[in-house]
Amino acid sequence: MEFMAPQRLKELQSARLREVVARVYERVPHYREKLDAAGVKPDDIGGIEDIARLPFTTKEDLRQTYPFGMFAVPMEEVVRIHASSGTTGKSTVVGYTRRDVQTWAEVMARTLSAGGTHRGDLVQNSYGYGLFTGGLGAHYGAELIGASVIPTSGGQTKRQVQIMQDFGSTVLCCTPSYALVIAETGKEMGVDFADLPLRVGFLGAEPWSQTMRREIEAALHIDALDIYGLSEIIGPGVSFDCLYKGGLHINEDHFYPEVINPETGEAVAEGEMGELVFTTLTKEALPLLRYRTRDLSRIVPGACPCGRTLRRMQRVTGRSDDMLIIRGVNVFPSQIEEVLMGIEETTPNYVLVVDRKPRGMDELEVQVEVSPRVFSDEVSKLERLSERIRAEIENVLGLRAAVRLVEPQTLERSMGKARRVVDRRDLGS
Amino acid sequence: MRAIQISVFLENKSGRLAEVLHALAEAGVNIRALSLAETIDYGVLRLIVDRPREAREALSQAGFTVTETDVIAVEMSDRPGSLAGVVDMITGRGLNIEYLYAFVGKRGDNAVVIFRIDDVEAAMAALREGGARVLSAEEVGRI
Repeated sequence: MEFMAPQRLKELQSARLREVVARVYERVPHYREKLDAAGVKPDDIGGIEDIARLPFTTKEDLRQTYPFGMFAVPMEEVVRIHASSGTTGKSTVVGYTRRDVQTWAEVMARTLSAGGTHRGDLVQNSYGYGLFTGGLGAHYGAELIGASVIPTSGGQTKRQVQIMQDFGSTVLCCTPSYALVIAETGKEMGVDFADLPLRVGFLGAEPWSQTMRREIEAALHIDALDIYGLSEIIGPGVSFDCLYKGGLHINEDHFYPEVINPETGEAVAEGEMGELVFTTLTKEALPLLRYRTRDLSRIVPGACPCGRTLRRMQRVTGRSDDMLIIRGVNVFPSQIEEVLMGIEETTPNYVLVVDRKPRGMDELEVQVEVSPRVFSDEVSKLERLSERIRAEIENVLGLRAAVRLVEPQTLERSMGKARRVVDRRDLGS
Repeated sequence: MRAIQISVFLENKSGRLAEVLHALAEAGVNIRALSLAETIDYGVLRLIVDRPREAREALSQAGFTVTETDVIAVEMSDRPGSLAGVVDMITGRGLNIEYLYAFVGKRGDNAVVIFRIDDVEAAMAALREGGARVLSAEEVGRI
């Protein structure tokens, strides 16, 4: 499949697109309405070249139909449910049929195989297990290959390093920033990673840079491979680095990619940067047409030396909306705004500062302007205020953030509009 | 009689304290007493001034977060044990002193200490009964 001739791949994509459009039109009222509103009938879609006639799907569609409104199968056929991080209103719920779980395992098996994972490998899976798709996604893929999975999940880093040493883990799955934490912790424990059999890391769930790749590879003595995915489409396994690291091969027999101008919605010229849009060609429980990921990337032109014919996308370097991904958690500034409104009964000025400490995890600092309404001459009351904001953010987002009280009118403003996010992570390349 | 304290929120950045002082100087406001409480990120500057209203106005104009707080100014003889005696009057009633600070100058031969107490009414009653001399806002302004 990964080496299929382009023409045959196109025929397969066309057949699958026709099938999925007919299915959602018949089974998902929300899609029937959207297609009717766009004046498109399933019969209008002859092949993959007609895909641009279909309307886009956005996170808003999933929100409107929360939690199960976009499912195309009855619950009897759903064997798994995951949800993305965020408040109840913002969280995205996704479902899988038995076949979807198999598809997911298959695309993750491709991902792990492309980095050389095979039977006999010990796969230490430090992605979080739970509602987050990372843990179980990597787990099923590795099991399908027949590798030995060690489901360590996230956290307890010393124990992770101990296991890595004692068991002789050969493959690591985790976020890139956690890979650096493992490297740092190991160093403190006196571990020389050059002596360990660890060979390759499959790192994703957050944006990272070429610089970070080099840093991880040097610190852990591994090949650090980028993996990409989002729960709406399937989870990890949408695209993957091969060992040539020249862009991520898209599993386009299952997830058809387009790159659009986020302002106009028009396709950009081949190879140009734009917003990634995916259509799930085979998903049963939650098929999505032209789902706007808000992730910015481009299709890498030309053939990959590895011989795979699956097209490649450049690593994601940014977002077309204001969403931040911090330690695998999706954060919208509006969520922080709601927390602050709840506490102050008015929207204060605030700025989110995201930083990646050298060899560390992403840190979020919420700077809040102190208004006369909340200001107190007593330091203990101000400390209680910032502690309350911190606790509430953790409660809502499931993310620890530092809260810093600042003077009014000190936060940066551009074009008269407050600039809400300062991202100091180096994600440029 | 309550005295009025002006409280200012200050980030720990160089030059901010100077800006507060210059704003007050330009408004012709004279500082009678002050205290600064600080944390890692910020501080709260508390001021007793001769003209609180003007001070508040000037600082708000300059973009600072300012609030007025009722505090109690107690005059006491400047000798060992006086402050202990006054504090006993307050804590003896189970009242909690949030913070206190002294005037630098004296009123005649006497010292003046500023008390910040949540329940101002109860504290005033305790001080009156204990025979402490509580200064009026006008008297504080004249120190």
